Amino acid sequence: MSMEDAIMNDMTQIDQGVAVDELKMQARNVDVFYGAGGGTRSAEDMAADKAITHAIKHVDVDIADKTVTSFIGPSGCGKSTFLRVLNRMNDTIDGCRMTGDVTLEGENIYDPKVDPVQLRAKVGMVFQKPNPFPKSIFDNVAYGPRIHGLARNKADLAEIVEKSLRRAAIWDEVKDRLDAPGTGLSGGQQQRLCIARAVATSPEVLLMDEPCSALDPIATAQVEELIDDLRSRFSVVIVTHSMQQAARVSQKTAFFHLGELVEFDDTDKIFTNPSDPRTESYITGRIG
Amino acid sequence: MTDMPISTAPKRSLFAADARTVRRNRAERRFRAYGMAAVGVGILALIVLLVSILGNGLSSFRQTYVSFPIELTAERVDPDGNRDPGEMARVTTFGYLPLLAAAFEAHLDAEGIETDMGVRELAAMLSEEAPAQIRGMVLANPDLVGQTIDAQILMGGRIDGFFKGRVTMESAERDSNVTPAQLELAQILADRGAVETRFNWDFITAPDASGSRPEAAGLGVAIIGSFYMMLVVLVLALPIGVAASIYLEEFAPKNRLTDLIEVNISNLAAVPSIVFGILGLAVFINFMEFNQSSPLVGGLVLTLMTLPTIIIATRASLRAVPPSIRQAALGLGASKTQSIFHHVLPLAAPGILTGTIIGLAQALGETAPLLLIGMVAFVREYPDLMSVHSNSFPLMGDGATALPVQVYSWTQRSDPAFVERASGAIIVLLVFLLCMNLIAILLRRRFERRW
Repeated sequence: MSMEDAIMNDMTQIDQGVAVDELKMQARNVDVFYGAGGGTRSAEDMAADKAITHAIKHVDVDIADKTVTSFIGPSGCGKSTFLRVLNRMNDTIDGCRMTGDVTLEGENIYDPKVDPVQLRAKVGMVFQKPNPFPKSIFDNVAYGPRIHGLARNKADLAEIVEKSLRRAAIWDEVKDRLDAPGTGLSGGQQQRLCIARAVATSPEVLLMDEPCSALDPIATAQVEELIDDLRSRFSVVIVTHSMQQAARVSQKTAFFHLGELVEFDDTDKIFTNPSDPRTESYITGRIG
Repeated sequence: MTDMPISTAPKRSLFAADARTVRRNRAERRFRAYGMAAVGVGILALIVLLVSILGNGLSSFRQTYVSFPIELTAERVDPDGNRDPGEMARVTTFGYLPLLAAAFEAHLDAEGIETDMGVRELAAMLSEEAPAQIRGMVLANPDLVGQTIDAQILMGGRIDGFFKGRVTMESAERDSNVTPAQLELAQILADRGAVETRFNWDFITAPDASGSRPEAAGLGVAIIGSFYMMLVVLVLALPIGVAASIYLEEFAPKNRLTDLIEVNISNLAAVPSIVFGILGLAVFINFMEFNQSSPLVGGLVLTLMTLPTIIIATRASLRAVPPSIRQAALGLGASKTQSIFHHVLPLAAPGILTGTIIGLAQALGETAPLLLIGMVAFVREYPDLMSVHSNSFPLMGDGATALPVQVYSWTQRSDPAFVERASGAIIVLLVFLLCMNLIAILLRRRFERRW
């Protein structure tokens, strides 16, 4: 059985009897502006300003628990920007301003009382390019638990590391060389190491920004399999350029175009019977 | 008509280079030749520099001594007869000079060497420092009084120069400080094995000596002064520079104020060093009344001078850390400070270290600002970095001098023997710089191997 078939098999198994779980995150009327500088200008005011890039326009998205939600759309449509809204990574970009409400289990994550550092421990992130720390494999995975004080002692930490590496389906490949540098692994292994690292802090939501774009088809298949696995514990949000990938791994799909959320629905419906003509053009390859 | 080829050039063989290619290849060869010539000129300049410095300066690490027995008669060196060093210190070097001269003459007699030179002329062959040498020995060990010791006595600068080939019979004819007869006698002594030229530890450990006794001049005070200054610069400039760079690079908002600061830091790096000397004179000595010529003030001035270098190097190496590392740390829920101290700083460390050591090396070789704060002084006492017995301000350090300033002041002196000393001091300075660069390389290796 080829890898592809295995994945397809997995897919069908999962797709059977998918019940939409409870709501995890909710975004309402989100607007994101670049080049806005500081200040407290209103969304309408900034939208009218030609000098300010209006990257995300009035987007509403519901992210369900234990579900893979994928964001698709052409380059520059704002899907990565919106992903970073969900764990406030945009805060680190100069001149980036966001309006609207995003809640995690009913709590507004943009509330002034919220510490983004604490939020990001709950909403983990995996990046487009594998970016392991130039440290040992063990230290890479142990970093999150260490800074959040998740392990009581060394044995505890070792257990978390092993569990995370197993969950990221890389344990067997690296168990004999945990002291080797993480940067010495192959691209696919590095990306799975990054996923293990993100999983190690026990996040509730895992954001993935094109996690397979730098990987070859085999490594991609491994990561996709892994994403499917992760769904049993986390809510996963994945940004992807590949519509096939969205179709393979996700249950919900959001299609972004020019900063707007065009359509957000069950993956099956988006790919078989989209309601918006723009979605149809995109998935059939006419625009993009 | 639509099939018209784009170019109508005739078809040519790949084996025959066309004129354009030939021209291009020639230009390439020419450019490579320019580059090699430039490198050649650089290497040649380096060789000339090293050969001239080593040729002039290596001999300063060797010094000529003559050995003969000296009777330390009690009535000369200890008139009170109580062997108390405090009392004996009242006998100055002038008291030891006749003793030494007489012993030298007696030695020549005993050896059967005939000379028509008087005692004064004979004594002139020995260094003016020699009586002080003997006096120091006696004061350090009063038991020597009354004994006859076999001492190695420093010979005069001209005699030393004669054995090193700097002074010849011809030049001695025209020289009022040495006569051919003295040189002949020195040669006879050398033939009998009484003269020895050996490694000169005193050059590295002894303090400076006056202009008329180059043979005794050493770098001790200058090395200690330079060392203390490097210590002050390292302790102050590294943390301040790194902290400033981290703030500017990672935390500071990008606005007009930070732009202004940035431009000014770059400008400060280009400010002539003597300006920092004037600043140090005005602020540290005139306003804050720190001790003149103390290594602490020198270190403070050099810190100001080195800071821009360290800040620029540190910022460059911070900027070179890939942003993906910062994002990875932030994405895991690390705070900004954690991401910087756990990930960015270790990655930037080799660059920061290199920048710091380049800054230190620059500071080590700096002369101009030190001249202005009085470090060009003639210092015989070994300095303390923090001294409690200083007059104006407690804990502000004794006066000292520094290696490059010592080179400068030696080149100002008239005795040609100081040319050799100055070149020798430059060799010591270069060895220091090489050591620092070596440390930089080793630290870099160590830090880089850890990942």
